[in-house]
Amino acid sequence: MSSGVGLLSIVTFLPLVGVLAILLLCRGTGEDAIRNSRMAALWTSLATFVVSLFLWFRFDSGTADFQFVEHVEWLPEFNIAYRMGIDGISLFFVLLSTFLTPICILSSWTAVQVRVKEYMIAFLALETLMVGMFCALDLVVFYVFFEGVLIPMFLIIGVWGGERRIYAAFKFFLFTLLGSVLMLLALLAVYLEVGTTGIVQALAYSFPPDLQIWLWLAFFASFAVKIPMWPVHTWLPDAHVEAPTAGSVILAGVLLKMGGYGFLRFSLPMFPEASEFFTPLIFVLSCVAVIYTSLVALAQEDMKKLIAYSSVAHMGFVTIGIFTATNQGIAGAIFQMLSHGIVSAALFLCVGVVYDRLHTREIARYGGLVHRMPAYAAVFMVFTLASVGLPGTSGFVGEFLVLLGAFEVNTWVCFLAATGVILGAAYMLYLYRRVIFGKLERVELQAMLDLTPREIAVFAPLVVLVLWMGIYPSSFLDPIQVSVQNLVDQHLAAMNAAGESTAFAAKGH
Amino acid sequence: MLHLAAVFLPLLAAIVVGLFGRLMGDRPSQLMTCLAVTVSAACSVVIFIDIAYGGGGPETLHVLDWIRSGGFEAHWALRFDTLSAVMLVVVNGVSACVHWYSIGYMGHDPHKPRFMAYLSLFTFSMLMLVTSDNLVQLFFGWEGVGLCSYLLIGFWYDRPAANAAAIKAFIVNRVGDFGFALGIFGIWLVFETVHFSSIFVAVPDHVGESISFIGMELPAIELLCFLLFIGAMGKSAQIGLHTWLPDAMEGPTPVSALIHAATMVTAGVFMCARLSPLFEFAPDTLAFITFIGATTAFFAATCALTQTDIKRVIAYSTCSQLGYMFFAIGVSAYPAAIFHLMTHACFKALLFLGAGSVIHAMSGEQDMRRMGGIWRQVKQTHVLMWIGSFALAGLPYFSGYFSKDSILESAWGAHTSIGDYAFTFGVLAAVMTAFYSWRLLFMTFMGASRADEKVMAHVHESPVVMLIPLYVLAAGAIVTGFVFVDAFVGEDWDRFWGSSILILDQNSAMAEGHHAPDYIKKLPLVAALIGILIAWYMYILKPDAPAALRSHFEPVYQISFNKWWFDEIYEVVFVRPARFLARLCWKGGDGFVIDGFGPDGLAAVTRALARRASIFQSGYIYHYAFAMMVGVVALVSWYLFAVGI
Repeated sequence: MSSGVGLLSIVTFLPLVGVLAILLLCRGTGEDAIRNSRMAALWTSLATFVVSLFLWFRFDSGTADFQFVEHVEWLPEFNIAYRMGIDGISLFFVLLSTFLTPICILSSWTAVQVRVKEYMIAFLALETLMVGMFCALDLVVFYVFFEGVLIPMFLIIGVWGGERRIYAAFKFFLFTLLGSVLMLLALLAVYLEVGTTGIVQALAYSFPPDLQIWLWLAFFASFAVKIPMWPVHTWLPDAHVEAPTAGSVILAGVLLKMGGYGFLRFSLPMFPEASEFFTPLIFVLSCVAVIYTSLVALAQEDMKKLIAYSSVAHMGFVTIGIFTATNQGIAGAIFQMLSHGIVSAALFLCVGVVYDRLHTREIARYGGLVHRMPAYAAVFMVFTLASVGLPGTSGFVGEFLVLLGAFEVNTWVCFLAATGVILGAAYMLYLYRRVIFGKLERVELQAMLDLTPREIAVFAPLVVLVLWMGIYPSSFLDPIQVSVQNLVDQHLAAMNAAGESTAFAAKGH
Repeated sequence: MLHLAAVFLPLLAAIVVGLFGRLMGDRPSQLMTCLAVTVSAACSVVIFIDIAYGGGGPETLHVLDWIRSGGFEAHWALRFDTLSAVMLVVVNGVSACVHWYSIGYMGHDPHKPRFMAYLSLFTFSMLMLVTSDNLVQLFFGWEGVGLCSYLLIGFWYDRPAANAAAIKAFIVNRVGDFGFALGIFGIWLVFETVHFSSIFVAVPDHVGESISFIGMELPAIELLCFLLFIGAMGKSAQIGLHTWLPDAMEGPTPVSALIHAATMVTAGVFMCARLSPLFEFAPDTLAFITFIGATTAFFAATCALTQTDIKRVIAYSTCSQLGYMFFAIGVSAYPAAIFHLMTHACFKALLFLGAGSVIHAMSGEQDMRRMGGIWRQVKQTHVLMWIGSFALAGLPYFSGYFSKDSILESAWGAHTSIGDYAFTFGVLAAVMTAFYSWRLLFMTFMGASRADEKVMAHVHESPVVMLIPLYVLAAGAIVTGFVFVDAFVGEDWDRFWGSSILILDQNSAMAEGHHAPDYIKKLPLVAALIGILIAWYMYILKPDAPAALRSHFEPVYQISFNKWWFDEIYEVVFVRPARFLARLCWKGGDGFVIDGFGPDGLAAVTRALARRASIFQSGYIYHYAFAMMVGVVALVSWYLFAVGI
């Protein structure tokens, strides 16, 4: 195991250099200071993204071990250390975070006019915390990053949010609080059981079945709220509606994936028997989520709420995929998370474009936008189709693999989840029709301008990525393959061992 | 190179024109797409001749890796065998005609480049569908054509009816795709591959296996074929999932000709033929397909009898003809189904484009009740429409005669009760087919004009750019029958089709059909003549007969005119409950139950407790003094009791 500080720490903490630069160099509240702070944030986040690309280039797809591993002693007497490393499961989540941050900053270029400096600092800090969370290989480090993410997110919603931001923030708080406290207890229990806070060591440890059940439930409480699963999803629509556009982008794009990542990193590999035991619960909740929230999305009158509900439905596919514990299911779940990270982020940006112009998210206030904004209509169509899961877009690959895995494990789950594909088409096309098509009748829409060059710069990489992931997903599926297969093999081995030990015990009696 | 050009040129044109059409201008956009598809069509013909007659074997071109995860693999690949070569020619040929025709038809539309780009994109999707070598790419094409169909039905996005029809088409198709996708998952589970050639090799080993599906233990291959066929029902508008097709006529007429008559709607038929080595081992599903096909052929024909919109008549006719193709599939006469697919593509595209020519001449009028007597002004269109109708009704020497006969003979040759059912309903539908075709001709072209004078003054023949494609298709409607009948469905059909279609020896309906007695072979022709005679009697000889007949059989008329109330029933059974459930889940589930007992309830309880608590903080000293005294008394008493004196 190598030690010291390497690429991962650079990617994680580079945004903080930008924070420092803004604090030191962009003094005052003049125009210059504001412009400089925007520039500093954009260039820092871009630099971070470029550096993070090296993780992908230098990533060894042939091994399931953690790579770019870092180890710095912290509290050796308690076996707590600063441990970092990534494998195939976390690699693309890091890239997703570093990819979306510059897009967020660019998208708020003109939309955010108050407390610009603080806003930029919040986003850069958020980036550090997100990246750190996905790279952490130590329970304490993980917990600090995992909970730390909430602070800038709270501020972004609470300071730059809409009218009911306080309600949204408090709702989010109530839901997460419960999960966080239980997860902290579970982390303590893992530490006491294993004797170290190293995640690698905890992964290699086999927990007694009784303990597994309790630990699994405690982690579940936290991750289910994050992802979010039905019925603890109701904070999400409110948080999205009140958050500023870029806040929604990062919330849907990365923060929801923390739950899915948690299931993959902790629940499934550390507590295989408990996972097996609770799989029916997950399947039921996920199927309900897919159908129920798709129906709810159908009735929405607010664009952001509709997309928020669609997120819950899409995340339902993710939880199904993870707990099929098959190669296709898990790879599909990871791919679905990446795809959803791009597509839902882009859809929120699409809402942001018209919100910036008309300052309403009410669907009924729009209609016939294609007449004034053909380029916008085309971009919106691409992401609508990706959300619907049309083959050739990123949305298809994840859904397809998840359902493929689900069919192997339980045809009922596959059958019920697949109905979500029909409903998904219904609510997205219905939304698109009401906003984009029809006659342009409202006076206030007559003056709407099409995408600006800055907006095109925001959307272009997203469109490219959606098509790339849809047409040649191997670029993304191949690096995760070995880690996923390893996860599946470990799970199978654990299940077999558990089966043998009970068989042995039965024989012994 | 030739093979790649045949498939990818339309995509290239679609991308260039789609992105830069507005910069390029209308004419270059039109020419670019038209030329691309025409070159593709030429390449297809060369490929077809090479494979069918030149002895070029089947080959598969690997283009790019696609999805790979664990043992699962699906590539982008192009498979060229007789079946896909036939489809290439049909798709590219009809598409090229429609492209050129559109230059004239869409001449006044402000969005020509967008229209042409969509058409080319559709063509590419269809080509990917027919040349696919695995189920997932087939699904890509399947959904791709669905998308283009959605975009083109809703091309005139100002019209609410067009938008509604577009969404309806997409969603009803999605219902079918739901079954199709489950079929693919099932195939992966059973065969552990999605590549056609690997599946076909393995099929005999899996006969008799069963599979557990949503709580039922079912024969594996039967279930897989059934699920895949659900997809075909959606795409090919078979009864139950047909409701989108008549509404799809809201799109521009060239779209109806290309997508909703010649190519996309036949994708279901193609898929079943492509998977013949699988379907052959699912006799029960084949019987079900026969039943659905024959029922659709009959049902759609009854609807066509009384429609007044010229395009809707042809749309129901398409639905009905697709029914014929499916019962041919059902009795294992795959070559006959594909034969009819090809001839139908020619004459139905001809009829649609001819109808478009009429609509163009009548300044956009589609209601046949406001047409009539225009044959003198549009002589060429008139003649072409007659040719199309001859072929559709199946009069001798026209293409439909050969293909429809071979389907009906095969149905008879099946010698099963379901085959007899299909034969009977097929012949009845043939009577109706001839009737509504000639009703259309008579109402549109003959008799006295019922249009107002302003419209009549404008009636004119279409420009050459629209007429030439019509002539090409008319030639197809005449010659494709007798030229290909022996190769496609003759005694030596397997020499032509090679390994692309498999028919088990015991499923000998097509061979039996060759030996059908004369009266069976003549019956379809008799049926057609009867239909034409009735139409002639009712619309030429006794023009008041239809009204009289209607008053005698009002209920029957209503059933036909209202299309058996499918839309109304679906509205009550699916659409409204879904809307109700949506609001219930949102307001009731999320709002009342989850938030009510969750965060909002918790907050309310907290607030209430806080309010209670705040009562004690009154700020008056004597309140606090009193409370303190009570406390002290309580503490002392507790102490005394606890210590126990």
